[in-house]
Amino acid sequence: MVLGKLGSALHQAVQKLLRSAVVDEKAVKELVKDLQRALLQADVNVHLVMDLTKRIEERSLKEAVAPGISRREYVVKVVYEELTSILGQKVVPLKFTPGKSNIYLVVGIQGSGKTTNIVKLGRLLKKEGHSIGVVAADTFRPGAYDQLKQLADRAEIPCFGDSKEKDSIKAAKKGVKHYQSQKTEVILVDTAGRHKDEKGLIREMQQIAKAIKPDEIILVVDGTLGQQASTQAEAFNAATPIGSIIVTKLDGSARGGGALSAVAATGAPIKYIGTGEKTKDLEKFQPTKFVGQLLGMADFESLLQKVKDAEAMPDKDLAKALLSGKFTLKDMMGQMEAMGNVGSIQKILSMLGLGYKVPDELKEVASENLEKWKVIMKSMTEEELENPKLIRSSRTQRIARGSGTQPKDVKELLKQYQQSKKFIKTIRKRRGGLKIPGMPGMIGDQKLPRGTR
Amino acid sequence: MFEKLRKAVDGFIQKITLKEISEKNLDEAFSDLQMALLANDVAYEAAERINHRVKETLEGVQIGRLQSKKDAIREALYDAILDALTPDSPVNLFELLEQRKKANEPLIIMFLGVNGTGKTTTIAKITHMLQKRGYTVVLACADTFRAGSAEQIQIHADRLKVRVLSRPYGSDPASVAFDAINHARARGVNVVLIDTAGRMQTDKNLMAELQKIHRVAEPDLVVFVGDALAGNDAIEQAKTFNEKIGIDAAVLTKVDADAKGGAALSIAIATGKPIIFVGVGQKYSDIESFNPEWFTEKIAPIK
Repeated sequence: MVLGKLGSALHQAVQKLLRSAVVDEKAVKELVKDLQRALLQADVNVHLVMDLTKRIEERSLKEAVAPGISRREYVVKVVYEELTSILGQKVVPLKFTPGKSNIYLVVGIQGSGKTTNIVKLGRLLKKEGHSIGVVAADTFRPGAYDQLKQLADRAEIPCFGDSKEKDSIKAAKKGVKHYQSQKTEVILVDTAGRHKDEKGLIREMQQIAKAIKPDEIILVVDGTLGQQASTQAEAFNAATPIGSIIVTKLDGSARGGGALSAVAATGAPIKYIGTGEKTKDLEKFQPTKFVGQLLGMADFESLLQKVKDAEAMPDKDLAKALLSGKFTLKDMMGQMEAMGNVGSIQKILSMLGLGYKVPDELKEVASENLEKWKVIMKSMTEEELENPKLIRSSRTQRIARGSGTQPKDVKELLKQYQQSKKFIKTIRKRRGGLKIPGMPGMIGDQKLPRGTR
Repeated sequence: MFEKLRKAVDGFIQKITLKEISEKNLDEAFSDLQMALLANDVAYEAAERINHRVKETLEGVQIGRLQSKKDAIREALYDAILDALTPDSPVNLFELLEQRKKANEPLIIMFLGVNGTGKTTTIAKITHMLQKRGYTVVLACADTFRAGSAEQIQIHADRLKVRVLSRPYGSDPASVAFDAINHARARGVNVVLIDTAGRMQTDKNLMAELQKIHRVAEPDLVVFVGDALAGNDAIEQAKTFNEKIGIDAAVLTKVDADAKGGAALSIAIATGKPIIFVGVGQKYSDIESFNPEWFTEKIAPIK
């Protein structure tokens, strides 16, 4: 999909930031300028661009960054969030109530692709198992009825219309009534193209809406639309509230920024995008995928995850335990469980500015045995959990019996524990004073109050 | 029409003349101008080009008083825009028509563009205009792909009382063009207008099909139909159609839909070809000649 093109400019802007030596006010300002250009170049509405980039700038500079991630990563996250906040995060389905006739009125500017997309949508919904009917209510444009009829015939969808009918309101009403009497589940009504300055036609659209009371009004937006996308969509929405948007012609070189503007102007989500001339070329719209492509960042998810991980502060108890050298079996299990192995320990280490890698064999053993070890630990006493040194031969036997495992499994768990403990100890030794950012007073070599050690 | 673009240009001139011209605030002002152009649907590349031209003109010009500074900038901008809109080789449709008529040959015009820009409607409007001037017209429905295309043009033809040649859907569009040209030659019709299917300029197969129609029809004029509401894509479309097929002129449609006017600059800059008409409504008479001076005067008046 070519949406990535808006991406490539945004991508460059973001890459530039990621490469810069320091991310300071100047770098952020530069990113904002680049973003503005990229977004304008992609046909995003100019006011929207300014609002969006202003928020990005403010948040990037003012908000506190969680320890463990760099400001630059954080800024990328802000950019992502602001873009997704316009488009929404979720895939929004078409409003549909089973067991009744759902009426959809399809509107848009001349040449946006209403007729084509009605049949595309009809075909898609038919495949989902619904009964479909399309209504030709474009009584103005020559050949509009024939176009809809031919496309519908090919897709084997019934088409209601009369090429002689001159009154679009009557045509819409008759068609809807016809399908309602047949209990058709999905009724798609095609209308003539119009733009906001054709006041008479805008009124006509309102009258059609009043006459057929659609469950949802779908605005078809040309993906190549420029700055007018916003004002036009706004005007359509003011006349007849828009429930959803279909963006068309995204198989060309257009960057689809106009669609973003239309969403911002109407508050209606994009539900489908047209990606080709064939009736099958309609896709459900996925906002997060769109933004990812916009930013042109394949590894965006992992970057986000990293930011998210860092934001969730590590378990304070664990951090304390690590720093104090008190590291119990429970601590180890808690960690392994929470982070699906060793992620958390790794993270704390990196926050401490220690580039240690947790040894791979440690990770593997841990993930393989996690479930078994949990069971084993349930057969241990509180005392044993706190102080595993107590566990010798007879206790091992008992624990194995109690948990339905072999003594060697218990021994393995203990070995793992010793290894982890030793590993943490080495780290402490190598680095005299350990300090976790954001956790005052956690100096590792300082004597902690009695009872905590 | 086009007020917003003029306001943007005005803003730039105000800003640049208020301050002493130094390298830094000059850069800032030009950055603003570029933003303003982008905000009015002038494609990025085209905006850069205009910016560059104005800068070039201003450099090395000794400007004294404030008023003369203002004038110099206005003039530089006016020139840059007018220059962009002035084609390398102008197209005079009616002169061409007369020439062909004298040679007893039809003038063949082929229309192309992406989907939904208004090719068929534009053809109907041009037919109407030519008829009013006393020329005879035949239409070729070389869009054998899009559903309803033949019916659409047939209805226009019936209303305008001209002949349209078409073939069943799925036929070779080039052969339809060929039929219409033969028809015109045999009957002494003055003009053949060839309607083609809309296509994304990125679609290689469909562009190849268009090349074939072009080869067969050997049109005297190839007219690109561009949507005035298009943003940055206008430049991509115009450029690619010009590269792949070669265009001689452009028509800008939907200008009545509060179009900002930037697309005119983008298309002209991308192709170096003239915009000959603008579409301004749904009636047959809603087509106007495009005058570069008028347009430039409208958005960057010297006074």
